[in-house]
Amino acid sequence: MLLEVSNVVKHYPITAGALFKHVVGQVRAVDGVSFDLAAGETLGLVGETGCGKSTLARCLAGLHPVTSGSVRFDGTDITNLPRRRMRPYRRDIQVIFQDPYGSLNPRRRVGSIIADPLVIHRVMSGEQLRRTVQELMERVGLNPEHYNRFPAEFSGGQRQRIGVARALALRPRLIICDEPVSALDVSIQAQILNLLKDLQVEYGLTYLFIAHDLSVVRHISDRIAVMYLGKIVELGAADPVYDRPRHPYTNALLSATAVADPDEAQRRRRVVLTGDVPSPIDPPSGCRFHPRCPRAQDICSTEEPLLEGTEGTEGTAACHFPMEVVV
Amino acid sequence: MTLTEIRPGAVGGGPVAGRGPWQLAWRRIRTDKVAMVSGAVVVLLCALALAAPLIAAWTGHGPDEQFRDTGITAQGLPVPPNGEFWFGTDRLGRDLFVRVLYGARVSLLVGVVATGMAALVGVVVGLLAGYYGGAVDTLLSRLMDVVLSFPYLIFAIAVVSIAGPSLTATIGVIAFYSWAAIARVVRGQTLALKEREYVEAARSMGAGDLRIMFVDILPNLLAPVIVLTTLLVPAAIVFESTLSYLGLGIVPPTPSWGNLLSEAQGFYRVAYWYLGFPAATLLITTLAFNLLGDGIRDAIDPRMERLFSRRRRTRKGA
Repeated sequence: MLLEVSNVVKHYPITAGALFKHVVGQVRAVDGVSFDLAAGETLGLVGETGCGKSTLARCLAGLHPVTSGSVRFDGTDITNLPRRRMRPYRRDIQVIFQDPYGSLNPRRRVGSIIADPLVIHRVMSGEQLRRTVQELMERVGLNPEHYNRFPAEFSGGQRQRIGVARALALRPRLIICDEPVSALDVSIQAQILNLLKDLQVEYGLTYLFIAHDLSVVRHISDRIAVMYLGKIVELGAADPVYDRPRHPYTNALLSATAVADPDEAQRRRRVVLTGDVPSPIDPPSGCRFHPRCPRAQDICSTEEPLLEGTEGTEGTAACHFPMEVVV
Repeated sequence: MTLTEIRPGAVGGGPVAGRGPWQLAWRRIRTDKVAMVSGAVVVLLCALALAAPLIAAWTGHGPDEQFRDTGITAQGLPVPPNGEFWFGTDRLGRDLFVRVLYGARVSLLVGVVATGMAALVGVVVGLLAGYYGGAVDTLLSRLMDVVLSFPYLIFAIAVVSIAGPSLTATIGVIAFYSWAAIARVVRGQTLALKEREYVEAARSMGAGDLRIMFVDILPNLLAPVIVLTTLLVPAAIVFESTLSYLGLGIVPPTPSWGNLLSEAQGFYRVAYWYLGFPAATLLITTLAFNLLGDGIRDAIDPRMERLFSRRRRTRKGA
């Protein structure tokens, strides 16, 4: 396994008081997440805004320290490594960020932005560096002559290509894509997704692909993990999860996606959830989905369901009363 | 595949010169008449100050040379402006024009050097405070508060009475006062900038703190620092004049605008030029620097861009 995530927890303390700060609560952004990622695989991580997807991504990339749990990369424990010892792993784990505007420094030229990882890790310099940067730009579909331009002179899709080129520069093994296309137009989304797919084949990349758009994730993922309030509620191969969701939350999410075929759309039943996502400061007891779940019973509010498989089905779902295999 | 070949899928057109934020700012400031005139005045003043010895040689009047025959009237009063003495003379029969030019050397030197030092210290302290936060921030911020709450004249008098009035002491006192203002602005900007996604991207690539501070954050706060520095130069010049006027800065016979004003104050009833020319030069310099600073701020501030483009569009439509 290239990446082994076990029981990762990330809580943010809420402090009060200006002079004598004390902790008054915890935001349970990520609350015990486990999964494995094999080399060459793409795991899609979906969930609503605020369910902890991006926090999880930042924890895995070593940007935020985790509260507990462990992250193993290629067999080595890289949980909360001090910066110097984390450095070699940063070469293998790169991040593509969500916002193609915010993630590129507006005051620096594109060539120097893409060269950044190569310069930081002292891989090359001078003429060789410039050539490599231009090759990267060409590989991601940018005009290599534009390496002297500023990010503001590119469109959103082109900027995200810059982000991809930067993530690719060190030939990493794992790329964490934190909603790489959600800020782009639909037509541009497909271009970027196809680019990512091509690059995966070419360089043998492994992706952790985060999105809130299920159709985007289906296009690219081998397996899907569905998150709700800091926990994974369903994890399985992409097609079974889409065609036969087991968890009521997955079912509701899927029923909300748009379908191109109007006949198909007629036949489908929308599952509309009531209420809002509860606060991660004080999540519901038992199953976190129970206040909004159409199938909830007494046990759901007292006992937390484990992420486990049911006989005769693929994948796992954290539900006491998983959906029957019909939609 | 060679690099000159562009794949059909490649996005964008042919080679276009990258127009950076600085070039855009330059294009904007070029259309700002007030800023351009102020800039020209500043450049002219600097050129005149640099050329002061040449001009002195050309007029044949040294800065400390006394002209007892032509420069003083029979009553022992200064001579009004005429063909020989453009700005008139002072109470000792020295050429006021040459002395104002030499004063410009001192005033501009003090203004630029003191502000430059202040900017350097202010940027570094502000970056450290804003980037590291926590105890470092608390310590450095309180230090800024302390500096900003010093009564500056009393401090200057204390420094001068220990070190004696000199150019170095003047620059030191002014720099000591100016850095905290820059540090505060830089700290605030850094606090905002360090949360930006590109800083996070740099961290995810393994960039160290120094690299993030100086490669990723610093270029983004150069704009406010440049504006603030341009506005602090005239403040420093006035500060220098104040100190010299009170006899705490530049000591005569070396002329500075401050001590020229101080010498002239007893003569303003009989010799308007004696007070008038140094005061006017000081005023024009201060005004030019301030207007230039305003112009630079307008050119750098991205919100102004929309205003400009709207104006351009309506002009085209009309």
